[in-house]
Formats: sequence, C-alpha cells, structure tokens
Amino acid sequence: MAQIASITLYQNDEARPVMEAILQDNPTARVLNMPGAVKIDVDDELVINRATVEEKLGSEWDCQQIHMVLISMAGNLDEDDDRITLSWKH
Amino acid sequence: MAVKKMGLKQKYAHLTRGLDWETTYEKMDDVFPYDKFEGIKITDWSKWEDPFRLTMDSYWKFQAEKERKLYAVIDAFAQNNGQTNISDARYVNVLKLFLTGISPEEYQAHRGFAFTGRHLRGVGPRVACQQQSLDELRHFQTQCHTISHFNKFFNGLSEFRTMHDRVFYLSVPKSFFDDARTSGPFEFMVAIGFAFEYVLTNLLFVPFMSGAAYNGDMSTVTFGFSAQSDESRHMTLGIEVIKFLLEQHPDNLPIVQEWVDKWFWRGFRLLGLVSMMMDYMLPKKVMSWKEAWEIYFVEAGGTLFKDLERYGLKMPKYHEQATEACEHISHQLWGLLYQLSHVAGLHAWMPSDEDMDWLSEKYPNTFDKYYRPRFELWKQQEAEGKRFYFNGLLQLCHTCQLPMTFTEPDDPTTTCFRESEYEGQHFHFCSDGCKDIFDREPEKYISSWLPIQQIFQGNCGGPTVPDVLKWYMFGPNDGAEYVGSEDHKLWESWKNTTTKEAAE
Repeated sequence: MAQIASITLYQNDEARPVMEAILQDNPTARVLNMPGAVKIDVDDELVINRATVEEKLGSEWDCQQIHMVLISMAGNLDEDDDRITLSWKH
Repeated sequence: MAVKKMGLKQKYAHLTRGLDWETTYEKMDDVFPYDKFEGIKITDWSKWEDPFRLTMDSYWKFQAEKERKLYAVIDAFAQNNGQTNISDARYVNVLKLFLTGISPEEYQAHRGFAFTGRHLRGVGPRVACQQQSLDELRHFQTQCHTISHFNKFFNGLSEFRTMHDRVFYLSVPKSFFDDARTSGPFEFMVAIGFAFEYVLTNLLFVPFMSGAAYNGDMSTVTFGFSAQSDESRHMTLGIEVIKFLLEQHPDNLPIVQEWVDKWFWRGFRLLGLVSMMMDYMLPKKVMSWKEAWEIYFVEAGGTLFKDLERYGLKMPKYHEQATEACEHISHQLWGLLYQLSHVAGLHAWMPSDEDMDWLSEKYPNTFDKYYRPRFELWKQQEAEGKRFYFNGLLQLCHTCQLPMTFTEPDDPTTTCFRESEYEGQHFHFCSDGCKDIFDREPEKYISSWLPIQQIFQGNCGGPTVPDVLKWYMFGPNDGAEYVGSEDHKLWESWKNTTTKEAAE
C-alpha cells in the first residue's frame, strides 16, 4: 500500500495558487474539501515548486510563505529555495 | 560590491550553528544538568536539523503577519456582532470546554518548551524549542482574546483560569500537562512534540476548527488555523526529535518506545473530550470522531509508524484498543456529561432526532444497539419533567483522571476496571493502558492531585456540593441542562428580534 504524503491548507485566496500548483505538479493528487480547509493527498511524495506557484500567482513567491497558509502536513519535509517536498521515500 | 543573498540552507546554518561554546569556568554537565538522567545518549548534537530551516528573523516576520491578519478578523467579528451569526448557542459550549480545558495547556506548553529550550545542549533544538515556546504563548493569548468576546454574552467563560486548576473534569488535561512538564526534557519533547503534536494534534485542531468555520464562528476558526500553522512546525519538530534520538544511539530505542506507548495512550484519553465536541456539541457537524480517527490516526499514523519501522520503533501499544474504542467513547462521555452537567461549568443536552439519525449513520455498529435506547429513555424522562442527573461522586482513573466510564475492549456492556497495589494502597484505572502507565512509575503517580479524593479530604471549599461549586467559581447559571438556560433564552431573544425586524 502506498504511503500518503499530505498537506492541509487554508481554503482562501492566498492558498489557492499553492493548491493549483500542487494539483498541476502532482497529477495523482486527491483533494478533500472541508469547511475552511483543504487536504491534498499524494501517494509517497508531494512536491510544491516555487516556479509553478509564481506562475499561478503572477508574482514572486518565497517557499517560506507556505507558513502563512499551512494547517497541517504528513511526510518527511525538505525545504530549500526552490521547492518544498513531503515524502516517505528514502 | 553587491553581496549575494544567502540561500535558505546557508542562512539556517549560519543562524543555528556556532552560537555557543564549551564552558570552562563551569562544567558543561552543571550548565545542562537535565539532559542525561533519562538515559538518552546523544553523540552528535550538530546532526539536528529543522527541515523548515526557519531562522529567528523569518520567524518574527511570519508570526507578525499572522497576528495582524488574526486581529483584523477578531475586530471585524466583534464589530459585526458575529456572536449572533453562529449556528446555535449550543455551539458556545465547545468554546467553554476549549477555553477552560485547552487554552491553559497552551500556556503549560509554553513553559515546558521554554524549559526544554534552555536545557538541551544542542543549539539547533534549542532554537526550535524557543520558537515553539513563543508560539504556545501566542496561542494562549490569541485564544483568550478571541473568546473574550463571547464572554460578554454567555455564561461559563469568565473564571476559566481558576476552573482549570480546580474543576474535576479539567484535571484530565491539567494532569496530562503536569505529567509532561515534570518529566525530563527528552520525555517532554516526545510527549508533547511527537505523541501530542505529531500523532494527535490534527484530531484536535483540524476537524474542530473546520467545525467552527461550519458553525459561523469566524473568529475561532481564524485563531484555530492561525495556531495550526504553527503546529505544522511543531509537528516537524516532533518527528525530528524521534528521528534524532533513534539515529543517535541504539540504546535510545527502548526508552523512546516506552514514552511513545505512554503518551499515545494519555493523548488518546485526553482527546476523548474532543470526540464529544465533534459528535455532540457542534450543532452543524463536519465529520464524526470515528471518521477523523480513521483519517488522522489509522491512515496518517499508520503511514508514519511504517516509516519509523526502519529504526525499530513500533506502533504504540494498545493502538488497536484505541481504534476499537472510537466506536464508543464519544457516546459514553457525552452520556456522562449529560448526567453531570448540574455540577459542570457548561451545558449538556440530548441530541435531536435528526442528530441521532446522523449518529446511527456514522456509528452503524454501535449507536442504535448501545446508546440510542439510553438517550431515548433520558429524552422521555425530560418530557415527563424528570430530567436525569447523577447525584454522587465518581470514581476516577488514577492516571488519566477521567471517571470510570469506559467499557471493556471486547464487551461494551461491562465497565472496565483495573487495579494495582502499591505500598499497601489500592489504585484504580479505566484501562490497561492507564494501569501500565502507573505501574511503570508508581512513585510519580501516587502524588497525583485527584479532584474527587481532594473533595473527600476537605480541600475543595467545603463538604457540600454548593460549597465545591462555589470554590470552582461556577456561576449559578453556568451548568445544567441547556434547554431553558440563560444562554438558551438569550439566543431565543436574539432570534426572535431578527425575525420580527425582518417581518416588519
């Protein structure tokens, strides 16, 4: 059985470009909508690319801005200047 | 010459390394006296890494922005009389339980992480603990500020701080944090950082805050998610602690496993209070406790522990019992609160027919068979003007301090009792999990402050029920049945005004 990497974001305008970027870059992503929050699950690894978020947003985006829209997550995190990865791969 | 901006990894390395020194006037063991006695072996503190790579300067920047956003919402909520737009005044009882039972624990967590942030020898974890300590203080403050608006209108909120220290059911969360804070720094990190924050906190904040959103409480959902954005960082710290301890030395594994077992069970018992909120107290429901448990423990926790297998760490002991008990605990606890609400600081009520049908659908194996008949009897008694209250003092579990209300793992018709003897005295427990915790450290738990025993010993305001309730600082209208209460009447008056004005 696949291990699920997951992120939960605010259900708001600031989080929307991040959510759209995740759905574009992780084709197998599944979305669970809750009041006020959205949970996105991907098998094994979930990637957020800064470039894709910037394309959706139409302006610059710093990966650490994830802190403004983040509610929860699952997976081993790795973050650098260009991407955030949540993964169960070793 | 232009200076090139540092990358995230480089900046983190500069701001979390080389910040302190090997002391020479004082021995290092005297400067850090608490990080060895638990038996945890650390060979290389520099192996600690915060994967968010959050440095103090960025921390202040993001936290300030979160605060600005939150206080804008709190202001707007107050200005627009948001309290009149919640789904139903029953909802406010969720806030009463939260403010009296959870917010003071945020403060306890603040103090616990301040201590840990002082007493760990490595700079990386110290920085992370200090950030978390500040977060927890922020949570306590923002929760007080947000809920203070409701205190202008509803009963049961004003004396939350005293209630937390004295009231019988609030000793459940209080004793949990007292236990964690009187542990060593590594156990505290595993207890709060890993078991509570990583494995269980989603169950508290995500469905509950989503519930606030669904029930029209804009200000609470905002503080909740604002706090939860810090929790993601805390979860990362929690899992980092586990990996760090397990990678440092193989001797750490059995110690860590015992802590994981203990704190999983303690956390599970504590979250029983949340199960009640989700299944019974939210007028508009988001998901059942059982569904939340499936998503956040069975699925997410299962994945996590599968990942940790490579270190030899196993799923917490009694996790199967916990999952099985999720069919029962919310019903058993709500039934208990219903019978005791005349001595509680919040209201209880029987679910409507519609709510009972929702419970049947969500709990097809248990609700109709074991709980509906009991609830229907109580409703019938109410209709006959004989609302049932239990008059008597309850036997408490010596570990989790909940009343002995839970049933045997394989028999939901028999109450579960366990017992241990220590130095000629008998101690009682609600479960195998709670008994094991006591048996591992009896000398710690024999000094527990058990609220019912304290009443009998004459330490709680006096010998009669009114004496004790006065000492709890309960107002005359804080507890008992919701229907007919001041809160209920106030709500009805608001709704009638709105209807009349709309009709004119």
